[in-house]
Amino acid sequence: MTVTPTPAEVRQSEVGRARRRKEDARLVTGQTRWTDNIQAPGLLHIAFLRSPMAHARITRVDVSAAREMPGVVAAFSGADFGAEQGSLPCAWPVTEDIVIPDHPPMATETVRYVGEAVACVVATDRYRAADALEAIEIDYEPLPPVLDLEKALDADSPLVHDAGNRAYTWTLSNGDVEAAFRDAPVVISRTFRQQRLIPAAMEPRAVVVTPLGDEYTVHTSTQIPHILRFLLASVTGVPEHRLRVIAPDVGGGFGSKLQCTAEEVLCLLAAKRLGRPVKWTESRSEGNLTVHHGRDQLQRVQIAAEADGRLRGMKIDLLADMGAYLMLVTPGIPLLGAFMYNGVYKMAAYDFRCTGVFTTKMPTDAYRGAGRPEATFAIERLMDELAAEIGVDPVEVRRRNWITHGEFPYDTVAGLTYDSGDYEAATEKALQLFGYDKLRAEQKDRRDRGDTVQLGIGISTYTEMCGLAPSRVLGQLGNASGGWEQADVRVLPTGKVEVATGATPHGQGHVTAWSQIAADALGVPFEDVSVVYGDTAVVPRGWDTYGSRSLAIGGVAVHLACEKVKEKARRVAAHLMEIDPGDLEYAEGAFRVRGAPAEQGRSIQELAAAVFNAHDMPEGIEPRLDSSATFDPANFSFPHGTHLCAVEVDTETGFTKIRSYVAVDDVGTVVNPLIVDGQVHGGIAQGIGQALYEEAVHDAEGNLLTTTLADYLVPSAADLPAFVTGRTETPATSNPLGVKGVGEAGTIASTPAVVNGIVDALRHLGVRDVQMPCTPERVWRAIGGAS
Amino acid sequence: MIPARFDYAQPTSLPQAVSVLSDAGEDAKVLAGGQSLLPLLRMRLAYPSVLVDVGCVSELRGVRDEGDHLFVGAMTTQHDLVRDPLIREHCPLVSLTAATVADPAVRHRGTIGGSLAHADPAGDLPSVAVALDMVFVTRSPREERRIAAADFFLDYLESALETDEILVGLEIPKLGPGWTYHYEKFHRTAQAWAIVGAAVAVRRADGHIAEARIGLTNMAPVPVRASSVEAAVAGAAIDDDVLRRACATADEGTSPASDLHATPEYRRHLARVLTRRALATAARA
Ligand SMILES: Cc1cc2nc3c(=O)[nH]c(=O)nc-3n(C[C@H](O)[C@H](O)[C@H](O)COP(=O)(O)OP(=O)(O)OC[C@H]3O[C@@H](n4cnc5c(N)ncnc54)[C@H](O)[C@@H]3O)c2cc1C
Repeated sequence: MTVTPTPAEVRQSEVGRARRRKEDARLVTGQTRWTDNIQAPGLLHIAFLRSPMAHARITRVDVSAAREMPGVVAAFSGADFGAEQGSLPCAWPVTEDIVIPDHPPMATETVRYVGEAVACVVATDRYRAADALEAIEIDYEPLPPVLDLEKALDADSPLVHDAGNRAYTWTLSNGDVEAAFRDAPVVISRTFRQQRLIPAAMEPRAVVVTPLGDEYTVHTSTQIPHILRFLLASVTGVPEHRLRVIAPDVGGGFGSKLQCTAEEVLCLLAAKRLGRPVKWTESRSEGNLTVHHGRDQLQRVQIAAEADGRLRGMKIDLLADMGAYLMLVTPGIPLLGAFMYNGVYKMAAYDFRCTGVFTTKMPTDAYRGAGRPEATFAIERLMDELAAEIGVDPVEVRRRNWITHGEFPYDTVAGLTYDSGDYEAATEKALQLFGYDKLRAEQKDRRDRGDTVQLGIGISTYTEMCGLAPSRVLGQLGNASGGWEQADVRVLPTGKVEVATGATPHGQGHVTAWSQIAADALGVPFEDVSVVYGDTAVVPRGWDTYGSRSLAIGGVAVHLACEKVKEKARRVAAHLMEIDPGDLEYAEGAFRVRGAPAEQGRSIQELAAAVFNAHDMPEGIEPRLDSSATFDPANFSFPHGTHLCAVEVDTETGFTKIRSYVAVDDVGTVVNPLIVDGQVHGGIAQGIGQALYEEAVHDAEGNLLTTTLADYLVPSAADLPAFVTGRTETPATSNPLGVKGVGEAGTIASTPAVVNGIVDALRHLGVRDVQMPCTPERVWRAIGGAS
Repeated sequence: MIPARFDYAQPTSLPQAVSVLSDAGEDAKVLAGGQSLLPLLRMRLAYPSVLVDVGCVSELRGVRDEGDHLFVGAMTTQHDLVRDPLIREHCPLVSLTAATVADPAVRHRGTIGGSLAHADPAGDLPSVAVALDMVFVTRSPREERRIAAADFFLDYLESALETDEILVGLEIPKLGPGWTYHYEKFHRTAQAWAIVGAAVAVRRADGHIAEARIGLTNMAPVPVRASSVEAAVAGAAIDDDVLRRACATADEGTSPASDLHATPEYRRHLARVLTRRALATAARA
């Protein structure tokens, strides 16, 4: 008779389990450490006066009347801070001749976008601070705004900065592109516009700076406490070891909180001047104006192909709107796309060129996907146009071009090595879940009937580079940062485990996923692991969270640190059991003699207690059952997948309804399917936002018109179908867990899937493209409704 | 953003509310659900000296059957407009339309009085008020007035209410049996305001449309009736082509605005399409 062990007897692997997130109860109820919840004795509130002009010289600022207002403790102009305020940093000078303009946190002579801070008031409460702003006198001498990317480069354009409106031109080339295009049977050229987006994280930014002697604690809603500590020290001159930066709990960022902001610097300076804690919480409208924006590129793209659709090469020529200044990684964003325009496809020649352009708008910088959504949009839109041109199904044209499973690892034309992937499997699964053939039949039927509502099918077979990043590669690209991540694992005297991670979460669920990784590695219960993060005094080292890096780098560091702890525990166990360490095996949370029953071993809890009192330690082992590890990957990770979107377009009104959406993603080993689904769902929604709803719009004077969520539309659950998600699991080979990033994949994949669907629905009506966001009016005009 | 300083009063009866409001002078404002007023305050687009919160004035509450019409207190929330059995039975267009306003959080606070007094042509309920010929019952220190819907909306965000006048409630005519209804709202996201909306009541007889009332949302600085379509569909067959021809003039006499979401040309087109669809849906209900 065979005895099947009950689940309680065999420890179920934590990795792969759909664990509910440990952190959610407090996050969703708000009973937690949001920065705006933080109070301090004697707390003052700061409010900023912001430029109402896109471009102007400041001829006079007088804050004296504001200083006399009730409750006002201080008021400052940019000049009051003088040289002390430094210049906001740009850490990614992409070329040697790049123009990096001086960027004072508070403007002193010239304003260059609407919303730029020009003065501030510090008062005993928010209301008084806001009232006193109205007493500040300020005179401007208007200068011409610079708003159009192409016109900004004209010789007679007004200048944003004296050095000219061109920040840089960066190129990348491989193979003989001219030959690829010469005599090519098919050439497709398009111009796509990646509209300017506003990140719109749920939690607005907030900062609290608390001085204690010459030491400053900065609570801030940031993705990057560690990087920020270093940056604040360099900008303000407050020594790094006198600064403690805490990102308590952070309600979303999408890249917008990967920044060293003017407000963080100015709150620090004000607190330093006054010797009292200072708080700032932005309003939604203030955020729409002054949180860095995303995208905003003009893409001139061309592919050359054989008559059967096999790609020969591609040429990309970008204009990227930097906005008025270069912020932390502004110039590098298009470069993160430069390596992805070839997508999942093979071709012999590639030419990429990007010019960064200054305009009098809020600077752009990282926004979910950062460069890669733009690239993926271009190639996936072009593949659909190519399919239409040669008259084959869009799935088929992709099959003819993609890297096959047997060809990995594969060196791409853009210079990357994709370590693993299985595009065939993901696509096959997606087609089945979607019911592709049935929908194609319905599409034909609706076309034949001339139905008012036309059906379109959009496909996107994407990959992306994430898990930022091998430090060596960052160096080669001129990026000043490193790409490793750090974890500390401590087994406490009672055998509970504390993990300290340098990858600071802002909503992703690190606490849960790291608990699963540590629980498996150490053989302890999931509940016995806690995770600390986000405080430079508690976790001194880290490169934080962005670029879908946390799991693939930070999660791997947790795993490695656990392995080191185990090695230490092995030596202690061997010593106590008077046996050779090599004769011990670790299973179910205990070291035991190979093959012996678990009860005769020493559990990790017993070993923790033994190390704590250190009564009997082996030679050369310190009495701490802890370890730290860093992980610096040898390569990026390359998640991929196939997304299919069915849209119904009302040809009378131009309204697009997403009828169904299938996403099959390959993110390597899945640590927690619930978290992966959550990331995919949110990512898809955000990408749909770009396709259908979102756009930062300026008027002819450079005023932002979309300052509220009534004007800047973001989708809610009511606008979206129930997403169908599926997965294939092709482990990454670049890390021991086989994991890839998932944070940005959905956003990268979904935008082209939706727009491809709209064009597919309307192609028989002569539509070849619709400018994003595909508003009902734009779609109606594309069909010719206005004529 | 945060509002500038203001004083706050909370009267508990209508006479008290009227006197508090008139004593407070020109710059006082009535506060109902706050869903339109508070955003204006927070963006510092309005600087009232006193907010007179009428939330505790019992005379402004409740829904009563008064024979040929319902009386609906000004403080009736949009949520209650959706749920109230009397309104659902006698004035279903009000319930149908209220259900499309914003989201549940807004509807639990926003009131019928505030929606109408605010006189926003993009609001959904004003077009219903003109379509149904609601009567606005008001009180000021001088008089009690009954204002016809056609005379209530004067311009963009401007109504016939004097600064010291309180909207007490609405008399909403019962159209009686034989009428069917639909509100066709066109908006980009579920929580967004209408780009254009068409509020329609139809009386059927012998398989034809005998009579129709049509109010249009956001086609002018005030809600408007599509009178030429009302005339054209009287006696018309319930047929798409017939309705299409009848609705060709739906935008006649309108002057739609241009904004971020639509041009006037597109709004005119939508008015024709939505009116037709609303009529067809109501007539086939
Ligand atoms: C996010 C959001 C989305 C929205 N979307 C929509 C939408 O899709 N469609 C829509 O129609 N509306 C929408 N609204 C507006 C909402 O319906 C408001 O509730 C309504 O416009 C005002 O009602 P209120 O009770 O909140 O009035 P308040 O905001 O309190 O007052 C509005 C104005 O009316 C005056 N007023 C109020 N009551 C009286 C009275 N009894 N006598 C005299 N004057 C009075 C006030 O002084 C003020 O000037 C939205 C609001 C929000 C916040």
